[in-house]
Amino acid sequence: MVYLFYLFAAISVIAALVVVAARSPINSAIALVVCLLSIAGHYILLNAQFLAMVHVIVYTGAILVLMLFVIMLLNMNEEVEVRKPLITRILAILTAGLLLLVLLAATRQGLEMSAPESFNPGIGLVKAIGMALFHEFLIPFEVSSVLFLSAMAGAMMLAKKDGTEHVNLPPSSEPKDPAA
Amino acid sequence: MEDVMTAIRVVPLDHYLILCFLLFSIGMAGAMLRRNILIVIMCLELMLNSVNLLLVAFSAYHGDAGGQVMVFFIMLVAAAEVTVGLAILVQLKRNTEGVDINQLNRLKW
Repeated sequence: MVYLFYLFAAISVIAALVVVAARSPINSAIALVVCLLSIAGHYILLNAQFLAMVHVIVYTGAILVLMLFVIMLLNMNEEVEVRKPLITRILAILTAGLLLLVLLAATRQGLEMSAPESFNPGIGLVKAIGMALFHEFLIPFEVSSVLFLSAMAGAMMLAKKDGTEHVNLPPSSEPKDPAA
Repeated sequence: MEDVMTAIRVVPLDHYLILCFLLFSIGMAGAMLRRNILIVIMCLELMLNSVNLLLVAFSAYHGDAGGQVMVFFIMLVAAAEVTVGLAILVQLKRNTEGVDINQLNRLKW
């Protein structure tokens, strides 16, 4: 079990690095799939079975497919990639390293959490999560459906073509609309 | 269930902390490094997932289901956020012929 944790940890960190460093967006998306699946493995190691299933379905099933659709729809490849200047990149890495240092230093000795000796290891199962979700968190659960509805409507509003003239649009990029 | 309980506790919580901090820092570095909006959205997902993993670890160590329900809600919000973000990305590509995040600086005016 311990080896599995370190295996999944190494996979997720390496895949996250590939997400950031890959030139082509499609390589980043594939690396993100690997990273998210390894995180699902962590969930299973923690006995959070319901969350592992939901994670795989939502992230690799919905979000990553959406991203791959967008990559292919917009024809992103290495040629269209732009890079920031070197000084910006160095500063970005330095800032993230400083953040990591601060986080590690803040929790270096302050995390002496005494876990309860007798606890229920079955909290990640579907039954326990469902009980918590529909008893304690019923109102947030219902509100999140409103959030989803507004996100859906907002996405459709945003992605809809408006009638205004677009700037810098080369004539060959989209087919002529005969109705226009 | 006893073996599950010991199996969860085998890995110390500090290691989960270090892993999640690493993932969060990598995601933040990517959000600052890259100019492609899609990669920035992916890095946001990475950061959200590192926080999710930490919440699940704390929840499993404490035997409290509330943390896992919170992770569920974070997943919902992430799905909604990605939907709207990709719609904005498609619109940006349609209007400026690029996915460069620096083109958004004209929103200042």
